[in-house]
Parts: sequence; C-alpha cells; structure tokens
Amino acid sequence: MANTEEIRSGLADIVNEITGVPADDVQLEKSFTDDLDIDSLSMIEVVVAAEEKFGVKIPEDEVKNLATVGDAVSYIEKGQA
Amino acid sequence: MARTQVSVVVTGLGASTPVGGDVASTWDSLLAGRSGARSLTQDWVEEYDMPVRFGAPAAVDPSEALPRVQARRLDRSAQFAVVAAREAWADAGYEGNASDAGLDPDRVGVVCASGIGGLHTLLGNYDLLKEHGPRKVSPLAIPMLMPNSPAANVSLELQARAGAHAPVSACSSSAEAIAYGLDMIRSGRADIVVAGGSEAVILPLPIAAFANMMAMSKRNDEPERASRPFDRDRDGFVLGEGGALFVLESAEHAKARGARVYAELAGAGMSADAHHIAQSEPGGTGVIAATRKALVDADLSTDEVAHVNCHATSTPVGDAAESVALHKVFGDGVTTIPVTAPKSMIGHLLGGAGAVEAMTTVLSLHHGLIPPTINVDNLDEEIDLDVVRDAPRKLDDARPAALNNAFGFGGHNVVLAFRRQ
Repeated sequence: MANTEEIRSGLADIVNEITGVPADDVQLEKSFTDDLDIDSLSMIEVVVAAEEKFGVKIPEDEVKNLATVGDAVSYIEKGQA
Repeated sequence: MARTQVSVVVTGLGASTPVGGDVASTWDSLLAGRSGARSLTQDWVEEYDMPVRFGAPAAVDPSEALPRVQARRLDRSAQFAVVAAREAWADAGYEGNASDAGLDPDRVGVVCASGIGGLHTLLGNYDLLKEHGPRKVSPLAIPMLMPNSPAANVSLELQARAGAHAPVSACSSSAEAIAYGLDMIRSGRADIVVAGGSEAVILPLPIAAFANMMAMSKRNDEPERASRPFDRDRDGFVLGEGGALFVLESAEHAKARGARVYAELAGAGMSADAHHIAQSEPGGTGVIAATRKALVDADLSTDEVAHVNCHATSTPVGDAAESVALHKVFGDGVTTIPVTAPKSMIGHLLGGAGAVEAMTTVLSLHHGLIPPTINVDNLDEEIDLDVVRDAPRKLDDARPAALNNAFGFGGHNVVLAFRRQ
C-alpha cells in the first residue's frame, strides 16, 4: 500500500511521461486543466496508466471530479484501502 | 496559350527518406547512387515467416528528431510530415510559426497527404484491444490514425489557417497535394502553401497484402539490388517510408521578400485511368492525358522538357506502360530526354513518393544534375528511353523544364511540371 507522497510521486511520473509537464510541478494543489494544461484526452491516458500502476478502478464518470492532483491522489488512496 | 495565372515558385524543401534524414543528405545519397534498401530486423519478419523480408526504412528515425511528448502523440507518418515541414519552413527562411514569421496565418495553407494513413497507430491499438480490452485503446488513436492527421499537425505546428487538406490517391497522393497547393495559390486562397506528404507502413499486414498482389520484389537475398526500374529482371517494388514537404509561394510574395527560389512550379496535370483498380493501363492513355495537361497548364512545348523523373516502381507492367506513354507524348524526341527513377534507391514511399521525387526533380533543375537509376544491369528492350545510369548526368541548359510523374492504385495520374528559374 502506497502512502500519499508515493502516490503523488508515481502520478507525477505518469503525467510527465504522457504530457511532458515536469514531475516536480505535479503537486497536490495543482489543477490538471488550469495549472498543468492537461487536455481531456491526455487526462484519460493519465487515468488509464494510473489504474494500472496503482491497481485501482477509476470510472469515467469519476474523472470529471478529479480537478486537482490532490483529488486524484485521494481517490487512488481510497481505492487501495 | 496566354498565361494569366499567378506564378508559383518553390522556396523551401524538407525531407526524411530511406537515404537521408534531410534534403542535403538525401540528395548526396541519390547522386552517389546509394541504396536505402536493407533486410528488416523486426521480430515479425521471422514470427510470420514473411514472404518479403526487406524494405527501405527511413535513414533517421523521425521520433528522434522530435521532442518525446510530441512524438508519442503523432503516428509515424505524421512524425515524418512534421519533421519535413520544419526543415522546409526553415529552408524557406521562416522562423517560428506563421505569425512569428511576420505572415498573416490566414494566407498560409497546408496540403499534406498520406496514401494509407496512420497504420502504425491503427494496428498497434488493435493489438491493445485484443490483448487488454477496450480500456487500453488510446484516446488519441483516432486523431493519430486519421489520414488528415499529418496535414492537421503541420497546420498546428505552423499555425497555418488558410486551410489544411489531405488529398488521398494512393501512390500519387503527395504529388496531388503539390498540385492542390498550386491551385490554392493560383485561386487566391493563400500566398504560401506547405505541400507534400509522407507514408509509414513498413508493417507485416501491408507487406503481406502487397506481396499477395504480386506487386513487390521478393529478392530477399539482395535487398540493395531488388529495386531495378527499367531493368529486364525487375520483379516488383521495394517498400520504403518517409516523405517530403515543399514551401510553395506566389512568385510575387517570394520576390517581395527576396527569397531564394529553387524552381517554378509551372503546372500540373491529372487524370484517371478508369481501367482497373490496381493495374496500369498498358496503353498509358491516362498518363498521356495527364502529361499533356501538365504541359498545357505550364505553357510548355514538348521540346522544352530537359528531363523526366519517372514514377517507375520496378514492376514489369508499370514501367513498360510509362515508357509507352512517354513515347506517345514526346514522339521520336523522347530518346533525347534523359529520365531517371529514384525508386531504384529509396524504394517506393507510396503516399510520400510523389513529393520526394518531385523534390528530386526540383533539385535537378536547381543544381543541373540528374541522379542515376541504379541496378539497371540490362535495360529492358521494351524500354526505349535514355535512362541515366551509373553516374549523375548534367542537365541540358538549353531546355528549361522537367516533369515528375506519380501514379497511384486506383488509376490516379499526376504529372507536375517545373521550370528552371
């Protein structure tokens, strides 16, 4: 089971791989769209990669609720619990 | 015929081909008679026991010439297009996107073709679907595989807004793109058009399909000797990949900014065989029509043509039909017109072929040199043409024009006419 920082860091690597955003910029308070400029298609790629990496399911309906990196990390933490 | 049309010139060239990652290295290789064909080392060659085990892969992997994140969002065909567009744009003397370069983006167009589209993406995602289910299919699969993706991405790259188009006509696609670009400028829709095309389908499915059509050479033990247009022992084409893009510009616009001009794109002629979905029309009727239309469009007489860069793919029927057509258009004078077939070195780039070979034609006019056709050990006795062999030949200074032929499955014929500047 990964802790919050491990999940944030893992998610940051995925975001960097897919979008080129520097991993250090992927902090909990950052908005995926407003701060990191990630479009909806890249967001789906990030979600699918995160599902695989963290062994969780993130339904499509849920993706629109993941506004910030913190939202996504919390969802993944709960999914792993 | 009185010319009232806007004159269009070539001010920039960009390319990625089996013999070079840019225009200069491609041209050097062509003059040196170097083949880009080699044995393929991909796992699927052995896995499927492929009947054809060689091709002409790009000399430089286009993904290495692009930022990583951009490369992963582009099909290989679009990677070639973006790489070539950047080179052509810079070669024309422009920096940054259209606005950065001080241009009105609404006066800059893109016509960038592919014959087949994003096959790497299509087949790769089909494998993901079969192996891992629908969730693993990329949300970018459609924008990556659509055949207009190279055109759209070049327009994004340059912020070109006069229109982005992708004419599809198999192996004449990118020549048709250049003809379309000519029309865009003549009709006043744009001052500048980035035009050409690319292809990337060195994959088992298309190779199996082309081999089953009996269109490909099976000379597996001698890849470099396999593509032999006009040779008696030719047995089909060699599959290449890559592409080229031109910067076309109204002569007025080019002159106003003091641009270097390679040649004038003087005219284009197009026709359809309406004969067979894949076979050449042996009498060359459609090719003759396209050639005559190109000459009329360019206001050229047959005795002004110094050179023809042939489509010649190294198939038995196609090369002979092209020769027949040239004889009918040029009559006895045909034997005084040196011809060449770049596919002997770069293989057949399908949708990218027309633009790469049109580029070769333009460079022949610009540098006054015709690259040789390699592997013509015994000129087919049915081919009564002056094929440039062994070494480059100096172009006749007295005649101002050169033609480029591009024909495609489906009976599409495109002939481009260039005039020396």
